Amino acid sequence: MNRRTQTVPEPSLIYSKSKAGRIGCNVPTCDTPEVDLASVVGETRSELKLPEVSELDLLRHFTNLSHINYGIETGFYPLGSCTMKYNPKINEKAAGLAGFAQLHPLQPVETIPGALEILHGVQSMLCEITGFDAITLQPLAGAHGEMTCLMLVKAYHASIGEGDKRKVVLVPDSAHGTNPASAARCGYSVKSIPTDADGNTDLAALEAALDDTVAALMLTNPSTLGLFEPNIEKICKMVHDAGGQVFCDGANMNAMVGTTRPGDHGFDCMHLNLHKTFSTPHGGGGPGCGAIGLQKHLEPFLPVPVIRSVGDTLIADYDRPHTIGKVAAFYGQFLMEVRAYTYLRAYGRERIADISRYSVLNANYVRERLKEVLPPAHDRPCMHECILTAEKYKKEHGVRALDISKRLIDYGYHPPTNYFPLIVPECLMIEPTETESKDTLDDFCDALIAICHEAVENSDLLHDAPSTRIVGRLDETLAVKQLDVRWNG
Amino acid sequence: MPYIPHTSEDTQAMLGLIGASSIDELFREIPENLRVKPGALNLPPALDEHKLMAHLTEIAAKNIDMTKVTCFLGAGVYDRYVPATVGAVISRGEFLTSYTPYQPEASQGYLQAIYEFQSMIAEIYGMEIANASMYDGATSMAEAAIMATGIKNRDRVTISETVHPHYRQVLDTYCWSMGIEVVTVPAQNGLAGDMSTVESACVIVQYPNFFGGIEDLARAKADADKSGAMFIVVSDPVASSLLKPPGDFGADIVVGEGQPLGVAMGLGGPMVGLFACKKELIRNIPGRIVGRTKELHGDKPGFVMTLRTREQDIRREKATSNICTNEALMALANTVYMMALGKNGLTKVATSSVRNTQYAIQQLTAAGGKLKFTGKVFGEFVLSLPKNATEVRDALLKKGILAGLPLGSYYQGMDNDLLVAVTEVRSKDQIDHFAQSLKEVLA
Repeated sequence: MNRRTQTVPEPSLIYSKSKAGRIGCNVPTCDTPEVDLASVVGETRSELKLPEVSELDLLRHFTNLSHINYGIETGFYPLGSCTMKYNPKINEKAAGLAGFAQLHPLQPVETIPGALEILHGVQSMLCEITGFDAITLQPLAGAHGEMTCLMLVKAYHASIGEGDKRKVVLVPDSAHGTNPASAARCGYSVKSIPTDADGNTDLAALEAALDDTVAALMLTNPSTLGLFEPNIEKICKMVHDAGGQVFCDGANMNAMVGTTRPGDHGFDCMHLNLHKTFSTPHGGGGPGCGAIGLQKHLEPFLPVPVIRSVGDTLIADYDRPHTIGKVAAFYGQFLMEVRAYTYLRAYGRERIADISRYSVLNANYVRERLKEVLPPAHDRPCMHECILTAEKYKKEHGVRALDISKRLIDYGYHPPTNYFPLIVPECLMIEPTETESKDTLDDFCDALIAICHEAVENSDLLHDAPSTRIVGRLDETLAVKQLDVRWNG
Repeated sequence: MPYIPHTSEDTQAMLGLIGASSIDELFREIPENLRVKPGALNLPPALDEHKLMAHLTEIAAKNIDMTKVTCFLGAGVYDRYVPATVGAVISRGEFLTSYTPYQPEASQGYLQAIYEFQSMIAEIYGMEIANASMYDGATSMAEAAIMATGIKNRDRVTISETVHPHYRQVLDTYCWSMGIEVVTVPAQNGLAGDMSTVESACVIVQYPNFFGGIEDLARAKADADKSGAMFIVVSDPVASSLLKPPGDFGADIVVGEGQPLGVAMGLGGPMVGLFACKKELIRNIPGRIVGRTKELHGDKPGFVMTLRTREQDIRREKATSNICTNEALMALANTVYMMALGKNGLTKVATSSVRNTQYAIQQLTAAGGKLKFTGKVFGEFVLSLPKNATEVRDALLKKGILAGLPLGSYYQGMDNDLLVAVTEVRSKDQIDHFAQSLKEVLA
């Protein structure tokens, strides 16, 4: 069944629309005297091969490209671990206000009281929501936040004379790849901790791994299996007793907003993805926005500047003798903070818990509706996402999770995350988020059930999918072999 | 709440199928003592859309933004014209609300745009290839330095004092955490000093440098070659569109800040890191790369993210970097900008900046300032004043002029020095007004 066939113009590179002498913008005119470039700046370049197109051709180029790109506003985007929720339009309008968008990061701090109010407001609200003592908004993305947290841990251990011996970071085998990569980026070696049969951290293995070389445990809660770690307090205590710190990967914060606070669980620090939980748009892979929360003992090491209040005034404090320094050039992703602020104020104290409540309801609903065709990896209530396995289709019909995912594209949906977490075979990770209706979820589940029937009856439909998009499956091996990564005329 | 579509009937029907009596029951695995009581969080009350917009407008109005003053402040972030097409394209929901294009069949639009981005960035820098973007210029530079330490297997990096101080601070933090030594070479007359080093993985200079000076890249490259260090250049893409690009001087890696190419200043975020290098280094680079390929079972061309085995989700702790999310939307803004201006527009923007800068130098030196350094500059320069530069900056602000960046807190002995940037959007009248006001302030 081909639900939709795209009728869009065959895309061509912008260069094919280029003709010498065209221009796509009314460039500002210059009314100062001409200069002799050679004597002023020295040697100039001989050529600059950029396209020359008219303004209308430029817009058509991108409008047509947008038609072969899928966004949340196109349709349901159940990508697990990514929290593809609706990005409210008022957030965009707010971020576009000249009083925010037209600020220079190095203008005198006395001239940006409104900006500090936004930053401090986001910090305060996130402190309350996460239960941490302090928040910094400087990290530019989630992985950047993870790295910053580990830097704080490193500085903390150095400050108590344990920097030289604590060289190991423990990471569960279900963790996102950014966790071990961020640990490596901070000079740590990584030891993997297994997950037990119920989907929880294997406590015996953790106990065995804990010694005085351990700097930190990086734990995702709820885990990437979509399960809340019921032993969380015990785990934090075990690590603390061994002198280690516990970092919470906040990718799954959406399940907890207003319902439970990681700062109360025993974590020392965590990162947040404001582009997941707090609705700043993903933008096709960025900008991210990676706030971090931390307990008091890590506060002296915060990157500068620290935005804080002194009496009634907000200041950007650079006078921090124990700071790790800077992890980004300026204040962080300010216009993303404006969006997050707007989002938080729209929910307010009255409705904030609805975020976690309805996201968890939606995930459990999808799990229940699909359990006959795609069994959940664990027989427990899930949090904001459900992890299903397509193993039986692989064994019995030669159909993989990837084939099911690609077939969903033909039905007009973006596929869920697949093959992650790595420990679940033929894994499909579905995160519906709270902004999807029962009707949308029903249609999606109907489609997946139909696809599972196709897998049994006519598996070629899945192997050949997608067949309704501008291109079919692409040759990734050829892409590596020929390495065509730029236009060369 | 308009963002949550559930009617009470929906909720009841869903709970019924799940077999739960309430939503609370779904959270039963969270220990009771860790659950927040309903309404217990101390957050401000909810605002409806009208009140929320009024509230935000009021906060925004407290700031002095660039519509209220004339901006001569640069230092890595520039007040340049952003064509209307940029906003029109990047606000399209298909781009704005999409995820990383891991499913290429549903993401050809974005993948092609990023391929075009890579092509144009590589062209501007005179390099063979570019990646799909980094967080910002500072982190892009730090990543380049760390990449060099891996390739050269050396634990030292050498950087000129004439590189942006904030970039150097970020480099210090990254290197501290990895146990890499940073050697900073003092400036000479506002330009890089002798960059020849011992056992350094790389030599880093900026072009134009933090003071606006056009570094002698041929000499810096020769210095790097003496010890076999990689040559890394931090470069403003607008300047590179006019000057002989860093690639022509044999740079191994060129990084930079893409904000001047169509991105709002936004208090410095989001911005976008540029990263270009020699093709032979492609397997070592951080970040995403888009490549062109063909259908597996057909002949149609298409785009995918490629060389994925460098990345953290596959290689984990052995990845070339921990970067995952990049700045795709800002890279898209850069793409629209570069296409809208094209060859002639970008050359004109760069040339106008040079003209305006030269005119400003004439007028401001006539008004009582002096040029601090004697070398060639592109669009920015250091003006020495007979008074404390912060005081002069503050006095000029009262006259509606954001005069530049006082350098005293960055460099010793530069309390009277002001870094002034003049872009293509400044007019002769505005520069004259600046000069006249400076004369009054200095009087």
